[in-house]
Amino acid sequence: MSARLFQFHGGIKANGHKRESSESPIQQAPLPRRLVVPLRQSTRATARCIVEPGEKVLKGQRIGEPEGFLGTAVHAPTSGTVVEFGRHVMAHPSGLETRCVVIEPDGADRWIERKPFDLRHATRADALGWLRDCGIVGLGGATFPSHVKLGTGSGVDTLILNGAECEPWITCDDRLMRERAADILAGAGILRELIGARRLMVGIEDNKPEAIEAMRPAAGALGGNIEVIAIPAIYPAGGEKQLIRVLTGIEIPYGKLGGDFGVQCFNVGTAHAVYRAFDHGEPLVSRVLTLTGNVERPGNWEVLIGTPVDELLPLAGPKPDTDRYVMGGPMMGFALPRLDVPVVKGSNCVISASPALFPPAPPEQNCIRCGECARACPAELQPFELYWFSRAKNFGKAQEYHLFDCIECGCCAYVCPSHIPLVDYYRFAKSEIWAREREKTAADLARERFEFRNYRQEREKEEKAAKLAAKAAATRAKLDAEGAGAEPAPAGEDPKKALIAAALARAKAQQAATAPKNTDNLSPATQAEIDAIEARRQATQQAPAGADATPGTDAR
Amino acid sequence: MLTALIVMTGIAIVLGAALGYAAIRFKVEGDPLVEKIDAILPQTQCGQCGFPGCKPYAEAIANGDADINQCPPGGEEGIRKLADLLGREFKPLSEEHGVEKPKSVAHIDERTCIGCTLCIQACPVDAIVGAAKQMHTVVEPLCTGCELCVAPCPVDCIAMVPVTDTVQTWKWKYPVTEIRRVA
Repeated sequence: MSARLFQFHGGIKANGHKRESSESPIQQAPLPRRLVVPLRQSTRATARCIVEPGEKVLKGQRIGEPEGFLGTAVHAPTSGTVVEFGRHVMAHPSGLETRCVVIEPDGADRWIERKPFDLRHATRADALGWLRDCGIVGLGGATFPSHVKLGTGSGVDTLILNGAECEPWITCDDRLMRERAADILAGAGILRELIGARRLMVGIEDNKPEAIEAMRPAAGALGGNIEVIAIPAIYPAGGEKQLIRVLTGIEIPYGKLGGDFGVQCFNVGTAHAVYRAFDHGEPLVSRVLTLTGNVERPGNWEVLIGTPVDELLPLAGPKPDTDRYVMGGPMMGFALPRLDVPVVKGSNCVISASPALFPPAPPEQNCIRCGECARACPAELQPFELYWFSRAKNFGKAQEYHLFDCIECGCCAYVCPSHIPLVDYYRFAKSEIWAREREKTAADLARERFEFRNYRQEREKEEKAAKLAAKAAATRAKLDAEGAGAEPAPAGEDPKKALIAAALARAKAQQAATAPKNTDNLSPATQAEIDAIEARRQATQQAPAGADATPGTDAR
Repeated sequence: MLTALIVMTGIAIVLGAALGYAAIRFKVEGDPLVEKIDAILPQTQCGQCGFPGCKPYAEAIANGDADINQCPPGGEEGIRKLADLLGREFKPLSEEHGVEKPKSVAHIDERTCIGCTLCIQACPVDAIVGAAKQMHTVVEPLCTGCELCVAPCPVDCIAMVPVTDTVQTWKWKYPVTEIRRVA
């Protein structure tokens, strides 16, 4: 291809370790004994569970309803019985729990009825809704909902398909491109139509020649302005901003996104999932995952979402000296807190790490301000400055130095001669800043509510006073009208006292006027009965001594 | 001599008029210092400082009636910020006003609640919903953890529950291992 390529600043050339796992075809992982499907599958959104324990579900049946702007639906990865809805540890560096649906597979793997979605006879909003309902999120790792990323459908000229897969060891996108090139490009075509782009570029790192060889003929067969471009294998060429820079020369400034410059990026895995969703009506219930590192049989497996990692590991056979497992790549991944965590949509790789393959980091030494990190930083930041400010907890200053432009790629820590875990500092600073922002929002809300409550209490007090005054005035006016002459209020006396006196007088008059009503107009028979009772009562009262001796009334 | 007097008087009148106009035109509503102090305070509205809310405490600090170390929810960090803002020395949290505690929210045991509305009246941020003889409940995201509802409850059904981390709110740890100083 004749396209001119651009360069991004910095980056590193690391040993790719791709051959280990890229040479065997994608295999279907066996059904696990049970599936733990987290309802938190996209960034910052948790779906609402709509199944109950004991319920039978089919493969692809919706178990989580999307909630919120960033929500996407969650589906049962296989047919079986829901056995539990509870909290389980998630594949996350925190090792914290999230809400999960636990499904026991019945082994039949029976699909729910699948209907392809006809893009030609549907509105754009319906198509985006379909993506949300199929649970399509970015499979590159960030799991950002695709229907949100597709935006408004205008202003994007170039769609970039990200097949760079720049992290060492990971080969799931490589295998996918080799084996399912036509499907990926069909999905990319759907995405291109939805986003309204004219051009489609596929960026693949040149350390994957087989993938490029598979994609080029597929693109040629489809026709229509698709460029498959080999880019130099420099980590992190697969970063969104870096890939856009390499392919188009556009540099996305601080606070902007690719969409603001007419470019949007999707992962090849996402494009494949989009194809399955539209052409086969299949929601996203599985993904390709690389098992590699210190294992006997490295390779790629098609894995159901929710499969516990410890059920996958025997497929690859970790060697005995494995000391920990890393989810994601060696640069940006994290050590798994536990092995029973489930695979989620963003999990692309599990690496068995051994001290021989990944030697423990030498002790951290002081920063000597050599500037190596600044030369390696692909975001063109000053990592050592960020390090100083983060370490000193001077978060305002760190933000001034654009901490939030850091993509946490780990290049700085990789080249640091003092072996400082720089990214840990940035992550710490970022999460502290977010926590502070949350606290500030909460404090602002509390202030507003407190002030409103004070205002409301004042208002209620005033309203009560006004009501009382109005009532008093009304009573006085009524009294005046009824006849001021009857009881002339002594001039100069307290009007309140006069009111009380008037009320007392009225009450007395009322009491005098009211005779016991139920003894009026009695029939002669009732009157006779009453008289008889009265006579008996009088007789009892006249003989008290005799009454006292009556049995049953003895109080003692 | 006379000319000088006239000139000086003229200048005085002109400047005086300009200043007088500016005082009216650019009048500062409220005390900006109070706003700045109030922005640092955590808005728990708990009254542990001895004032009925964060704003009154901010006003008291601005007037010099209160010290900067009377806010337990703000903690040491809050005191440091106030010290920075006001150019004063940092001092540790005054013990008579309480101790720094992890953030908690009130939780009403709904089986015990008798629906007396006393906690609703005590809540400074209207975070409790309910009505007379109806069960009450705390709207958790609005609760500041001030504990003002705990004491009025006649059946002791309100407990303070510490807020636990979720995947959303979890924070990365400070990577520096502190070496404890041995005295």
